[in-house]
Amino acid sequence: MPEAATEPGLPFRILPRLTDRNRHFWTGGEAGELRFLRCQSCGYYIHPPTPVCPRCHSKELAPEAVSGRATLFTYTVNHQNWMPGPELPYIVAIVAIPEQDDLRLTTNLVEMSPEECVIGMPLEVTFEHHEDVWIPLFRPAQ
Amino acid sequence: MRVDDSLVIERRAVISGAGQSDIGRRLYRDPLELTLDACLVAIADAGLTTADIDGVATYPGPMDVPPGFSGAGVVDVQDALRLELGWWSGGIESPGQLGSVINACLAVAAGLATHVLCFRSVWEGSAQGDKGRAGVMGGGGGGYRASGFMEWTMPFAAPSAAIWIAMMAERHFHEYGTTREQMAQIALNARKNAGVNPNAIYRDPMTMEDYLNVRMISSPLCLYDCDVPCDGATAVIVSHADTVADLRKPGIQVEAVGTALRGRPSWDQFDDLTTMANRDAGAQLWTRTDLKPSDVQLAEMYDGFSFITMTWLEAMGFCGKGESGPFIEGGERIARDGVLPLNTHGGQLSAGRLHGYGFLHEACVQLWGEAGERQVPGDPEVGVAAAGGGPLAGALLLTRRR
Repeated sequence: MPEAATEPGLPFRILPRLTDRNRHFWTGGEAGELRFLRCQSCGYYIHPPTPVCPRCHSKELAPEAVSGRATLFTYTVNHQNWMPGPELPYIVAIVAIPEQDDLRLTTNLVEMSPEECVIGMPLEVTFEHHEDVWIPLFRPAQ
Repeated sequence: MRVDDSLVIERRAVISGAGQSDIGRRLYRDPLELTLDACLVAIADAGLTTADIDGVATYPGPMDVPPGFSGAGVVDVQDALRLELGWWSGGIESPGQLGSVINACLAVAAGLATHVLCFRSVWEGSAQGDKGRAGVMGGGGGGYRASGFMEWTMPFAAPSAAIWIAMMAERHFHEYGTTREQMAQIALNARKNAGVNPNAIYRDPMTMEDYLNVRMISSPLCLYDCDVPCDGATAVIVSHADTVADLRKPGIQVEAVGTALRGRPSWDQFDDLTTMANRDAGAQLWTRTDLKPSDVQLAEMYDGFSFITMTWLEAMGFCGKGESGPFIEGGERIARDGVLPLNTHGGQLSAGRLHGYGFLHEACVQLWGEAGERQVPGDPEVGVAAAGGGPLAGALLLTRRR
């Protein structure tokens, strides 16, 4: 099946190389879902994904959707032109996923200005579709 | 818990010599030539010849990407100097850049070698040319796709440690009320020291106003919070302590080292992003010695970004957790005549990104009393060299033997 190209107007993005280990994460957005690998034995969310649960060493692992909610853990407003990408300045953030204490993601904050960033603020996921990848970005919770 | 002294075998090692090549923003010289220049200076500094060198250690070993990150590997140097080796090691998976030197200490203690040549060589200035760091950041095209750790950063246009460290600094600012004016002191202190280091890259005076007005890179890190890519090589000789009678000058005792990494090896998943792995390496070092942070008379600690040095100040116990901002405020404590002279050569911020080894070189030069105009007063005998940031960290506590 032919893959949809990046929609006009979206920024250039370097995309991840998809593998059997990470595909659930980078394609969950097609169904509007933020997915993490989860241990079916002890319930631990595993990120980045690995073949064995770091907590109980089970291999019974499966992708599961989380709520898509997050809080802002920390961020930076990037002004440097490192590579082609979003319009400067853009916000890079680490967000905390509420389903598990140690579950975090590096991402971009969108649909908001740098001045609106407040550590701890509630966020929700939104996806940007490029080729066969749905990049999870975050915006202020509605 | 204090580790039994019989296990602290790094103490059987001394630093017997140190050397550097020419250092410049862009030298456009063969990086192996720079490497060999530094190695030969260090060997002669110890009063040794290439025939005495029976070990070689380096970080990170040969690497083509990012361009200029590595000027030579062990085998390049072994062959160029026709060395006969009892032990050798090079690689990027170690407790920071100085992990290679710590490996060498353990190798001489184990009797695998007697005099180990340790080196770090960079030519990032030339490799980046006039394109700046963007020249080595990839930038896509050609269907390139990110994998490994970059898989989790590149799609978000976050390819640089500047961005990753900026987020750690922002979190520190948030938790502890740290300010840019406090962090500025790392850069201002470095520049002041570089002013009296003839080998430093940037030596013109810098004021707080300069710092606050220069362009932002990734908030809260401005241009002057980022180290300066350069070309140059640094070498030190690690010798077995039993050989000190054969050496040209007093060996510098490796009193204790720290190598621990107890959190996740990740720039965004590490449990406490305000401390980074420095926390673990620093804490471990103090379990291997009777000396205390208050005994240390100079500290040469990694400043790939100024914030990293603040985390080292906390990790080594020179101030409390979260208190590095107030500790450096005003700059008096960390000045050459302060209670803890810091980055006395100008650090990587002003003396060039020699990538870890510059701090060890400077600590040795200071403890030998050879630092000239920038010599720390009071004939210092105890110093710290620490390098690394993010999930990479290694530290050495050094004392001058009498």
